[in-house]
Amino acid sequence: MENIKIKELEEKAKVIRRHIIEMIGRCQSGHPGGSLSAADILTVLYFYKLKHDPKNPKWADRDRFVLSKGHAAPVLYATLAEAGYFPKSYLKTLRQLGSSLQGHVDMLSLPGIEMSTGSLGQGLSAANGMALAARIDKKSYHVYVVIGDGESQEGQIWEAAMTAGHYKLDNLTVILDHNKYQIDGHVEEIKGIKPIGDKWRAFRFNVIDNVNGHDIKSLMKALDEAEKVKGKPTIIIAETVKGKGVSFMENKPTEFHGKAPSKEEVIKALEELI
Amino acid sequence: MVNMASTREIYGKVLVELGRQNKDVVVLDADLSSSTKTSLFGKEFPERFFNLGVAEQDMISTAAGLAASGKIVFASTFAVFGSGRAWDQVRVSMAYTRLNVKLVVTHGGITTGEDGATHQANEDIAIMRVIPNMTVIVPSDSIETELTIKSLMKEYGPAYVRLSRQSTPIIHKNADYDFKIGKGTLMRPGKDVAIIATGIMVYTSLVAAEELEAEGISARVVNIHTIKPLDKQLLIKCAEETGAIVTVEEHSIIGGLGSAVAEVLVENRPVPMLRVGLKDMFGESGSPKELLEKYGLTPADIKQAAKNIIKRK
Repeated sequence: MENIKIKELEEKAKVIRRHIIEMIGRCQSGHPGGSLSAADILTVLYFYKLKHDPKNPKWADRDRFVLSKGHAAPVLYATLAEAGYFPKSYLKTLRQLGSSLQGHVDMLSLPGIEMSTGSLGQGLSAANGMALAARIDKKSYHVYVVIGDGESQEGQIWEAAMTAGHYKLDNLTVILDHNKYQIDGHVEEIKGIKPIGDKWRAFRFNVIDNVNGHDIKSLMKALDEAEKVKGKPTIIIAETVKGKGVSFMENKPTEFHGKAPSKEEVIKALEELI
Repeated sequence: MVNMASTREIYGKVLVELGRQNKDVVVLDADLSSSTKTSLFGKEFPERFFNLGVAEQDMISTAAGLAASGKIVFASTFAVFGSGRAWDQVRVSMAYTRLNVKLVVTHGGITTGEDGATHQANEDIAIMRVIPNMTVIVPSDSIETELTIKSLMKEYGPAYVRLSRQSTPIIHKNADYDFKIGKGTLMRPGKDVAIIATGIMVYTSLVAAEELEAEGISARVVNIHTIKPLDKQLLIKCAEETGAIVTVEEHSIIGGLGSAVAEVLVENRPVPMLRVGLKDMFGESGSPKELLEKYGLTPADIKQAAKNIIKRK
């Protein structure tokens, strides 16, 4: 039974990756690398872990998801469309004038977006706010937030980490999309964040290290474990590959951070994602 | 002798009152709760009060997360930090999202005094009013502060409220004051010149107008507590009826009330105008009184500006 579910999710992630390539290829702008690296994480969240209802996006008891690395908007749009928040045909409007699919996510224009992000570092603080609200209201919903590794250079990430640790937000799970690259190059060359697990441990987090961020089963297991931890927030360090699933993007992670594939590259990428 | 009261003291008390009435009121502070007086709320409602420590950016985005979960959030710190340190968080987490976060800051302007230039917010009105969706209010006394906070409770959306460190003269009578966000208040009639003031400078302007009257000059005084949305009709009326405008603010003459008024009048009813405020400079340590004198924010400065502008009519 579990194997069938895993197979299903793997297929879903592939479909989401295809959407990402098609969307970004069509509008010729956007961030493919960091969207592809998070595709499996979002797949497991939306199709396995989150308590949510696409027909009732404002359901008071829903789990919350915040995409703190807001430039990975295409992966969230593709996932929300696949989950049924809006028609998949709408994905083709990405970044077009008047579209709800803004370059970086906008909570006011699209159902299912919990927080507008794009200026890095702010999403984790906002997620803390949601977790605190759950505590005030004695609600059992859980808050999930995906942050980037380049984003981890923002001071506010550590302000927020200190807040979550101090307030013992065990209804919060952070997933670090550790794809190792940022716009200007390799994270460890630009301004290293290692030892990243130890940093979060020092900030009073429960740390689940070395999770294969492209292995559905590992992600499911880590998220289940995180939910059970009491008395402290959890971070899952998801080891990922920038551009995952498209060989020429994996090979040139810096180039495809914020560059759209050409028409020919779209065709090539889609062939790899069958 | 005029009665004095502290705007931040009233703020703290009103928060407690609102907290009793509405369980969705949540208050945040960044290690200045004993100064901003949010500590009063924290004492009564510890489960709805969160001190974020010295982390203003984190505070604003956390406020946004709480507001996105249905809370009415009041977040407080000093004006310099709330507006400046956390500007991008105000812009993206709070205003772009149009969330129900009220950023109520204390220690606005040069009368912050002895702490010196780093702690004197003289640019905050400019950088807050430029952000779309924001309401920006500078109450002129404790009564107006109470009315502002209570009015904002009923009005959904992001707002910036600037209070003072010092106690300030009480110039309103609660009972007969019809306060409305976005509507200026005529404080004193007059026909030769209109003095448009905000915050603690409303009282200073009233003193100046009284002295001008003794010299045979009829000066109107208008209190613009809401810098945004601005009461355009009232400003245009003042320009039409007096033909000369002086703006007065405890803020840089760049970008604040003076600029906001100039923007409206230049496009609608240009008349000679002068701005009284800090002349593109940083403050320094000193007593509030000394600083107001040194930086040109006294009744004498307002009177001089009024006389100068009347000559240019």
